[in-house]
Amino acid sequence: MLEELIDVALRRGAQEAEAFYSEVEETPVLFEANRLKQLNGRQVSGVALRVIVDGRLGAASSSRPGDVEGLVEMALEAAPYGPEAHFSFPAEDGYPQVETYDVAVEAFPLDDMVHLGQSLIDAVRRQQPELVCDASVRKAIHRVVGLNSNGGSFQYRRTIFSVGVHGTLVRGTDMLFVGDSQASCQAIRDGSAVVGEVLRQLRWAERTARVATGEMPVVFTPQGVAGALLGPLATAFSGRMVHQGQSPLAGRLGERLYDRRFSLWDDPTLPYRTGSRICDDEGVASRRLPLVEEGVVRHFLYDLQTAGMAGAEPTGHGSRGPGGQVGISPSCLVFSEGEMGLEELVREVGEGLVVEQLMGAGQGNVLGGDFSGNVLLGYKIEGGEVVGRVKDTVVAGNVHRLLAEALLALGRGRWVGGSLYVPPIAFARLSVAAKG
Amino acid sequence: MTPDDLREEMEKALRGWDVDYVEVRIDETTSTRIVYRGRDLEEIGRSRSFGGNVRALYRGGWGFVSFNDPRDLRRRVEQAVAQARFVGREKSHLAEVEPVVAIVPLEVGKDPRLVPLARKKELLDQYNELIWSTPGVSSSNIFYSDAHKRVLFASSEGAFVQQERIDVTVRIGATARRNGDVQQASVSLGALNDYSFVETLHDEVQRVARRAVELLDAPYVKPGVYPVVLDPILAGVFCHEAFGHLSEADHIYENERLRELMVLGRRFGQPVLNIVDGAAVPGLRGSYRYDDEGVPAQKTYLIKEGVLVGRLHSRETAGKMGERPTGNARALDYRFPPIVRMTNTYIEPGDATFEQLIADIKEGVYACNWYGGTTSMEMFTFSAGEAYMIRNGRVAELLRPVKLTGNVFETLMNIDGIGRDLAFNQGGGCGKAGQMPLPVSNGSPHIRIRQCVVGER
Repeated sequence: MLEELIDVALRRGAQEAEAFYSEVEETPVLFEANRLKQLNGRQVSGVALRVIVDGRLGAASSSRPGDVEGLVEMALEAAPYGPEAHFSFPAEDGYPQVETYDVAVEAFPLDDMVHLGQSLIDAVRRQQPELVCDASVRKAIHRVVGLNSNGGSFQYRRTIFSVGVHGTLVRGTDMLFVGDSQASCQAIRDGSAVVGEVLRQLRWAERTARVATGEMPVVFTPQGVAGALLGPLATAFSGRMVHQGQSPLAGRLGERLYDRRFSLWDDPTLPYRTGSRICDDEGVASRRLPLVEEGVVRHFLYDLQTAGMAGAEPTGHGSRGPGGQVGISPSCLVFSEGEMGLEELVREVGEGLVVEQLMGAGQGNVLGGDFSGNVLLGYKIEGGEVVGRVKDTVVAGNVHRLLAEALLALGRGRWVGGSLYVPPIAFARLSVAAKG
Repeated sequence: MTPDDLREEMEKALRGWDVDYVEVRIDETTSTRIVYRGRDLEEIGRSRSFGGNVRALYRGGWGFVSFNDPRDLRRRVEQAVAQARFVGREKSHLAEVEPVVAIVPLEVGKDPRLVPLARKKELLDQYNELIWSTPGVSSSNIFYSDAHKRVLFASSEGAFVQQERIDVTVRIGATARRNGDVQQASVSLGALNDYSFVETLHDEVQRVARRAVELLDAPYVKPGVYPVVLDPILAGVFCHEAFGHLSEADHIYENERLRELMVLGRRFGQPVLNIVDGAAVPGLRGSYRYDDEGVPAQKTYLIKEGVLVGRLHSRETAGKMGERPTGNARALDYRFPPIVRMTNTYIEPGDATFEQLIADIKEGVYACNWYGGTTSMEMFTFSAGEAYMIRNGRVAELLRPVKLTGNVFETLMNIDGIGRDLAFNQGGGCGKAGQMPLPVSNGSPHIRIRQCVVGER
């Protein structure tokens, strides 16, 4: 169908055309309130078409099977009013070898998925029987095919397997939320890493503690880094934000803006990560891209259009949204790490706060790197130990400034959510406000 | 296939299965989106989404299959039935409803499908130009979308419902920047089945652009606990985020402790407080005739005179809790099963004027407009797009945007004044369980909260 789409589009007056097909076949096994609740089967696919007509870009997408006429008509209708195209579709067809497919995922028996899910819930509730848990075990197969009128062509398959468990404990109006999940292109047979994380959260939250308002050392767990710091940090590396001058990193390539111990790269060529791929959704080949090397800003992320506008090289970070539209997003972000585990980091810090989940992150001047929020799950550190869970506590800071001026230590990293490798990070001082 | 063909296929596929319940839903959405970032038009695109799903229930276990290709529907039903039978080990609870057969006609004001793309773009170009012609503005963003959706629903109980809707949304934002200081102002607007509001936003756009620039000179709030007055938009969001989600029965029905906390008859607020949710309130973004389980829309009192009197249900949560279904089971599209969602959620008007609400506040904060917000059920955090100090009973200087945070239950109790000027925010979209953005509206008059933690955003 993709060839036909391109042929018809060219015949109707497009100078260039590109068709993109994606398909997901997913089987989630869902547990609610400690028991198996729902089994799903999702088989959805869609086609996106982009055309360039007289230098302008038109786009359309459809999930109606065989909708060639509809797609071409919609894309051609949009093109005369569309943005000026600052690129040509790439002619590449040779791509790196990237491992994204595990036949064991496809073959993973349903019964085993059910057992795995139930075992997560049981293991967590052995420690805290009052916990009400939801859990999910999912397997999915993605298939992606892309083709363009300049000879570019790619296709790959990716399997994804994920497990997660989340628990709620309610006492009066006091609520505790714990949880963790893990994802990979390979089958996960053992949920002990996820269980271990949740048990630690429960242990650390067993008692309550109070922190005083003021500046103090703060440790972000890998989940805390992913939830609270990553958004404001990653936004600054979007080529679009840089090109529009909205990123505080605009014009600062090559400058050392962060602590030397901090490096960050994006690597879609890593084997079996959920963001791994041979190329991006526009057919630009994958490669390991350093964003920060020993504190020095090295690259930004680009799709074709933004790279064209900015006069930069496309980096292979064009990513399709649900309506087929192309945006910029990282694939697998990897942080530099240190030697210490989370507990050692806590010992190192001595006194302060651990942030695991922040609520209300994403508000404020995110473009400038600000983050702030209510500590939904966090703990007080006293004498090098976690002494209990804190409540009614708000933290606020700026991720760029923290990584430049206040980095105390990076701990040993772990994968959070399948495509993000992050260490726990300790900062020397962060502003903390506590009620009462 | 025409809707009539589809109906026949759906009804045929549903016959003769040995499960407690099975349903088929098929929807088609055709949409247009136009996006500007900065001076540049970033995207103009059209899309069509078409697909369906089958949901089956057997002894308390659900099977759910979604697909794009409507052919061979009976095989999809068979899959969902097999899944449900694999899962089900207990007892199904599905509140009884009269099976509805209805084809609901689309009642449309100005139909965006009849407005040429060229005309839409010309209008948005004007708006973008208006923002950029405001001195001090450094960037802009505009998001426009219209979407026509037709949904067909059929169940093994004999229900068949065909409904259509058109959602039109516009978000306009301006950014001002000076010496590394960045301020943003924005507005989100929407309407059900009517494009006309899009054509008259010139003043609103200008106001947003000027506001972003003015914020650069505004002082920060001194963080602390203040009496706070919320404008209808922010109060509506508070009502939705902080209380609405708590009243969704799917959070509660399987959790003994939460059932105790959310027991009907419990006092949550002062006698002046009345909170309602209802898709039966007509003409708003969250309005419809039947929900995605074919249950007629209603108007449900959640809080009456400060006391919890109701909650939002799907057929399953209602059945399990022995309460009446409220018509709040909604699915974003064919890829998802219906879950308990809000529709039009609002605080009913009282009798105070705005002047009366602020009259005896010596030092307080007037927080307006919505920027963002989340809740954990117990705690909430949300940001205002605009804020002013209130001094000696008068609205005083403009502040940098503020963030309000606190405990939901304490804050509801602290609402002690309710205005008479009910207004709705139609620009929002609600997210839950990966289903986002679902069209909803929030509303409220001005309200006063006796004390609330206010911080810098």
